[in-house]
Amino acid sequence: MSEWKMLTLVGQDKPGIVAKITTALFDAGAKLGEASMMRLGGNFTIMLMVKSDQSIDQLDQSIDSVVKAMSLTSSFQNIEASLHQHEIPDTRITVYGADRPGIVSKATTHLLDAGFNILDLESDVAGSEAEPIYIMHIEGIAAHGSDALEKAVEQIKTNGVNVDMTPIDVMIG
Amino acid sequence: MAVLDILKYPDEVLKQISEPVESFDNELLAFLADLEETMRAGPGGVGIAAAQVGNFRRIAIVDVSAKPKIKHNGCMILINPEIKTWDGMKIGREGCMSVPDYTGNVIRAEKITLQACNAKGELCDYECEGYEARAVQHELDHLDGMLFLDRLVSRRTDLFKRKKYK
Ligand SMILES: [Zn+2]
Repeated sequence: MSEWKMLTLVGQDKPGIVAKITTALFDAGAKLGEASMMRLGGNFTIMLMVKSDQSIDQLDQSIDSVVKAMSLTSSFQNIEASLHQHEIPDTRITVYGADRPGIVSKATTHLLDAGFNILDLESDVAGSEAEPIYIMHIEGIAAHGSDALEKAVEQIKTNGVNVDMTPIDVMIG
Repeated sequence: MAVLDILKYPDEVLKQISEPVESFDNELLAFLADLEETMRAGPGGVGIAAAQVGNFRRIAIVDVSAKPKIKHNGCMILINPEIKTWDGMKIGREGCMSVPDYTGNVIRAEKITLQACNAKGELCDYECEGYEARAVQHELDHLDGMLFLDRLVSRRTDLFKRKKYK
């Protein structure tokens, strides 16, 4: 019976990683689900849902030549997953400021305490080597309502971090 | 009255361009009633276009009045609608009854003015902003065979909110 696996793959960014990996999986008869792929710190990273009758060993084999040729690191793991399960975020939070240790931990802990469930988080370190800045976009669900979240946002702000909270008002038509 | 079946993408007929309404008769009134009922039956549906039920006439209904604290024109029956002016731009999240289980970011004008006939065929003028303007633009796209999928911007795209300077 075919079950979902999660492929985690990382390696120095170079052209062709996505095309070659997905072609190898297609040739092995695997079906692809949702994915997040992006460049982080000069590496290319893939998180990809793969559905196949093959075992993890067989899947490893099917991408092995690409993984070796492109000097990638990869692993498949069994996951409990299904498609068509999107949750709709109701709040977007942007945090930015001078990069310093603890900024992510502090911000996300305050958000957690306010009942905020993160669905999506993307962050970048930008600016210069001497004066890096940290920028984080989060989308999620304010399970305890927006008042609790606003208080958390105020607390995150106290360290000179800029925080912007915007409701996501989804229009369905 | 009846709740009509909503066409779902990838049904290619959703890409068809709708034709203007020519006769304002009882058949039209009956269809408008069904279309409105179909819109209200959809979870959270604040707008619908005739094309979504496979009727390719230039008809849309928008009613955002159930949303608290926003400006609106009540239930707008928009027949042969035409947007006259666009002002400002804003990113917002949209979903569509014809595209289940997906929402995405789309840039729309913040304020629009439009002209459309009502159910009796009388030409009416409307000013819409914000959420309502977004709904109108989404529905009118359907009349031209456009889905919000055709206008998606990356989820990473975020227009920093313009600060107000005093
Ligand atoms: Zn739609």
